Amino acid sequence: MSTEIDPITLAVLAGRMEQIADEMDATLFRAAFNPIIAEAHDASHGLYHAGTGDTLVQGKSGLPIFVGVMSFAVKAVIDKAAERGDLADGDIYIFNDAHLGGTHLSDMRLVRPYFHDGELFCYLASVGHWHDVGGAVPGNYNPAATDAFQEAFVLPPVRLARAGEMQQDIVDILLRNTRLPQSAQGDLNGQLGALDLGVKRMDELLAEYGAETVRAALDALQDRAEALMRAELTELPDGRWEATDYLDNDGITDEPLPITVALEISGDRMTLDFAGTADRCAGPVNIALPTAVATAYVAIKHIFPALPANAGVMRPIEVKIPEGSLLSAPFPAPVGGYTETILRMIDVIFAAASQAAPERVVANAYGTINALSISGKRDNGQPWVMFSFYGGGHGGSAESDGLNHGNAPISTATIPPMEILEAAYPVMFKQWALRPDSAGAGRHRGGLGATYEIQVLEGNGAKAFLFGERGRHAPKGAAGGGEAALNVFSYEQADGWHSPPMASKMVGIRLEQGQSVRLDTPGGGGYGDPAQRPPEAVARDVAGGLLSPERATETYGPAWQEIAQ
Amino acid sequence: MTGKMIGVDVGGTFTDIFVLDEGTGKAEVAKVPTTRPDQSGGFLSGIGARVSNLSEVSVVVHGTTAGTNALLERKGARIGVITTQGLRDVLEMRRRDRPRTWGLRGDFTPVVERALRLEVPERTLADGTVRTEVDLEAVRTAARQLLEEDCLACAILFANSYANPENEARAVAAVREIWPNDHVSCSSEILPEIREFERFSTTALNAYLQPEVSGYLARLEAALKQGGFAGEFMIVQSNGGVMDVETAAAFPIRTALSGPAAGVIAAGYIAEAAGFPDIITGDMGGTSFDVSLIAQGQSMLSPQTAIDFGMVVRSPMIEITTIGAGGGSIAWVDKGGLLMIGPESAGSTPGPVAYGQGNTRPTVTDANVVLGRIDPENPIGGKLERLDVAAAEAAILEHVGKPLGLDALAAAEAILRVANSRMAGALRLVSIERGFDPARFAFMPFGGGGALHAGAMLAEVGLARAIVPRYPGVTSAMGCVIADMRQDFVQTVNAMLAGIDTAALAAHMQAHVDSGLATLEAARTSFEARETSFTLDMAYLGQTHTVSVPLPVTVREGRVTPPSEAEIAEAFDAAYRETYGRLLQNGTRRIINLRTAVTGKRPRFDLSTLAPEGGSTEAALKGRRRVHFGEAWHETRIYDRLALPVGAEVPGPAILEQPDTTVLIEPELVGRIDSFGNTIIERAAE
Repeated sequence: MSTEIDPITLAVLAGRMEQIADEMDATLFRAAFNPIIAEAHDASHGLYHAGTGDTLVQGKSGLPIFVGVMSFAVKAVIDKAAERGDLADGDIYIFNDAHLGGTHLSDMRLVRPYFHDGELFCYLASVGHWHDVGGAVPGNYNPAATDAFQEAFVLPPVRLARAGEMQQDIVDILLRNTRLPQSAQGDLNGQLGALDLGVKRMDELLAEYGAETVRAALDALQDRAEALMRAELTELPDGRWEATDYLDNDGITDEPLPITVALEISGDRMTLDFAGTADRCAGPVNIALPTAVATAYVAIKHIFPALPANAGVMRPIEVKIPEGSLLSAPFPAPVGGYTETILRMIDVIFAAASQAAPERVVANAYGTINALSISGKRDNGQPWVMFSFYGGGHGGSAESDGLNHGNAPISTATIPPMEILEAAYPVMFKQWALRPDSAGAGRHRGGLGATYEIQVLEGNGAKAFLFGERGRHAPKGAAGGGEAALNVFSYEQADGWHSPPMASKMVGIRLEQGQSVRLDTPGGGGYGDPAQRPPEAVARDVAGGLLSPERATETYGPAWQEIAQ
Repeated sequence: MTGKMIGVDVGGTFTDIFVLDEGTGKAEVAKVPTTRPDQSGGFLSGIGARVSNLSEVSVVVHGTTAGTNALLERKGARIGVITTQGLRDVLEMRRRDRPRTWGLRGDFTPVVERALRLEVPERTLADGTVRTEVDLEAVRTAARQLLEEDCLACAILFANSYANPENEARAVAAVREIWPNDHVSCSSEILPEIREFERFSTTALNAYLQPEVSGYLARLEAALKQGGFAGEFMIVQSNGGVMDVETAAAFPIRTALSGPAAGVIAAGYIAEAAGFPDIITGDMGGTSFDVSLIAQGQSMLSPQTAIDFGMVVRSPMIEITTIGAGGGSIAWVDKGGLLMIGPESAGSTPGPVAYGQGNTRPTVTDANVVLGRIDPENPIGGKLERLDVAAAEAAILEHVGKPLGLDALAAAEAILRVANSRMAGALRLVSIERGFDPARFAFMPFGGGGALHAGAMLAEVGLARAIVPRYPGVTSAMGCVIADMRQDFVQTVNAMLAGIDTAALAAHMQAHVDSGLATLEAARTSFEARETSFTLDMAYLGQTHTVSVPLPVTVREGRVTPPSEAEIAEAFDAAYRETYGRLLQNGTRRIINLRTAVTGKRPRFDLSTLAPEGGSTEAALKGRRRVHFGEAWHETRIYDRLALPVGAEVPGPAILEQPDTTVLIEPELVGRIDSFGNTIIERAAE
């Protein structure tokens, strides 16, 4: 059945299909109402295998974590449709159930079978982070949730369109279950538009090249991705390396939760075994199995950035997730804080891989999403919710210091400008600055974390929710580099500054007019022996105030002082 | 005033000169090597090559990469920043992005080091209320400290100054009193628009360039005057318009994309004159392919660009999409067996393998050489004696042929197919993906290498034709002579449309018009017309992306008649419907920014003066050469392009050569010389 494809047509088709997925991304970014999709690009699109749901091609501009997770969403639809036995051209499935499709309930997934000449050719899918999907906390980051129902309303895979006919009943249910129906409607239309565009472009491509050639190209691209991955693995030494790191707590019980990986390389194969990881917990730092597998892919693609975004890459890699662990929590375990858990999975994979190939792996980044929501009523009675993620430092690498104030490895989101936030909400940023002494030491130090201090300006006060991690376990260095500073949250009350009891989680802290909340975020881990850092570089950081003189001498020795004079 | 108009485009390798005699309508071109680090040497020797008496010259217009290069190479001045307490790191923190999605490598060093970013007590809120008055004594102390640190320029960057510039204005006045030169600016003067990082970055980069660029321009102007030049000296801006040299010295950041913008302006002008108002330009250089779309004679403007990671410039500029596929882009086969082009490039030094300057990995140009499309005996640019075909062939066989199981010729064809496909992808991106039907568009290659790939673009993207200008190598220099004088203004309004204070809006509009017209008035050049246009950035409340809403506003005798609320609503609805298909029921309309453009239209010149006179197709035939197309060698006629007469028709396969460009006419295509000397390439009639 498989047609041979010449290498040149293959290279051309690879580019064409990537462009289709990229164009679907761009279509949604332009049309989406909510800034989490429109500005932060918390969305993704791609082409998926008709039989298995495997990722064939995925857009380059969407959120990295979706690259691995979307095939699970498509697989869930394939299973559902097989159960029903009535898949038709023009069907569109929609769902947000994270236990089937990975990530969290905010991500609305649309999956559409693509037919050519009456035959199922592949699936197209679109996922985007909606602004609000019900649940106990606006914006759906509920640090105290103990099941999925407290996080959001749960929609299993259902048909939004049947054979081309939109099911208004489904739309009505969706819009009745969100605090922001207008935003939801705008995002839904954007996702439908992206799928329409994908269908149109696939029609054109198949008309130009023929279905057999395109199918052959898709198969060949998987095979080549597999070959590429095997070639990369072959270059690494054989062996087994372990790493363990911790989540501070689950937001319910203040106990550390270990995440452990054993990374084994044997020839052209790799195994990632997470045995030893904590059991399923009560709070929202559980993740569903699809998320765990997808995360392994994200970590691997950061280590080998040239790998294509298709499922062939994962063929030589076995990911073992222990049953009953917080990495494979069953429905309805809460998973809203999945970002923290997968960031820690990436950290331990990096830590293990860095023992195998120190040159190829960077030190840990700041390792938390820092989701802060402040809400209240304005003096004129209007309710407001300011919701955003806050950044930290990246890890040092063999080539350079880590990036100051970067975004999380699972995301490409930018932060909204302070002035946009101040124009929209009654707050003032007293500080929006780099945080001195937050970087991990090393030949190449980590990037610096940030300090954000946010004051409430209006009389009715406000309530703050903050979901973070790394309050008790710092980002690790690599190749002999040091740890970065911990994440520190604090808030102002009439009697002065306080720290939240769970260190990295704040639930409904009341702030009066003039009071502030403050985030001091972690930097990145350092890379290489700090003794090898040039004294000029140390002196520069001291002169700029990014490193205190005491810490400079303590970490790097006194050599910098001569330069400074 | 009649005299000579001179356009000068200084590129990385060559300085191009375009001289138009306004009296006779005759044009001349020249190309000399660019001098480094001081580009004024090449600039003056280039003009000298064509014009002996500078007093005959009425206008010199310069497209410059001095600013771009200083940014890319981090060779601007040592500058200092005075900013709001708590915000000294905005420039370094960016918008919390990263250089590349995958890999988590790389760092960022801002152009102002942290020790030179000083904070002072002051604070304005988003509604314009001054919460803390600026502490002028602290400002003066900071300025003195920066002077002691040998800073040559000072940028004042205060929070929310777009909403109320008062604190910034007072601070800038205080610093100007003690600063020994003109290089003091504040963010509300440079860009009164919401978004602190973008505003601060644009202002700081402007200050970073100011000492260097204003010095360079002053040197040029002095040298021109010394040579007897008494006309107007102007600079091309990134928005495709020109500005006077004083404006350029104050706002050097507006030159960030000066050179490429001039090229696009010229391309649009040439194409429109030739009867094709819809074109996609493609400038193929050593490392990149730059694409820009012009619809109905209008080029697209983008509001901002990043010169490099973290180096954001927000000022309107001609939208140019760049992909890493140039003549020097390296072809390689990845570990999975897939043929890739770039992003690594051999650039112009060491350049392609055929240049024999040390590179051994095959490039796109090497593929063109091996297939006979480039004449190895007469390399473009004239720096090399001849090209080494055997070395190029060996490199292609080694690095592409063997891994893919192809012979050298098939591998060279493969390299071109994949490179063409990537270039076509860029064309698709700016046309199909933006809703433009490519069949309506002509492809206009300029720069040295683009015309080799024109036929492939027709086939891959479905464009109707290609139009190769008579002098593709000096398009940017020609654009300098053509460009209008244009100034762009922005002011953040940030208000709901319902109940908008139209008087306040009108006051902003009037201020823009007054400033723009005053600049035109001061210019010592003549304009055929003055035009003013206003647009509002608008959106529904809660929506992130804005639509650009053109306002129907009349300006008579320099006075603005402001639009009513209802007129704005109508204009928004029309623009919104055009962008998104349908309006939002019960949506609240919001105005974010006012944008004003004031343009002085400069006189046009007749492009037909560039056309060839006399000649015959037969006499232009230089010889024949074997060229490889598809799977076979074709005996191909080679013409001296500039000797081909108007109306000549050359069926493919054929190659038209001129000193800086090779035009390839593939089999089944036909090339025709139009009445302006352009070559129009179309599919041959059945």
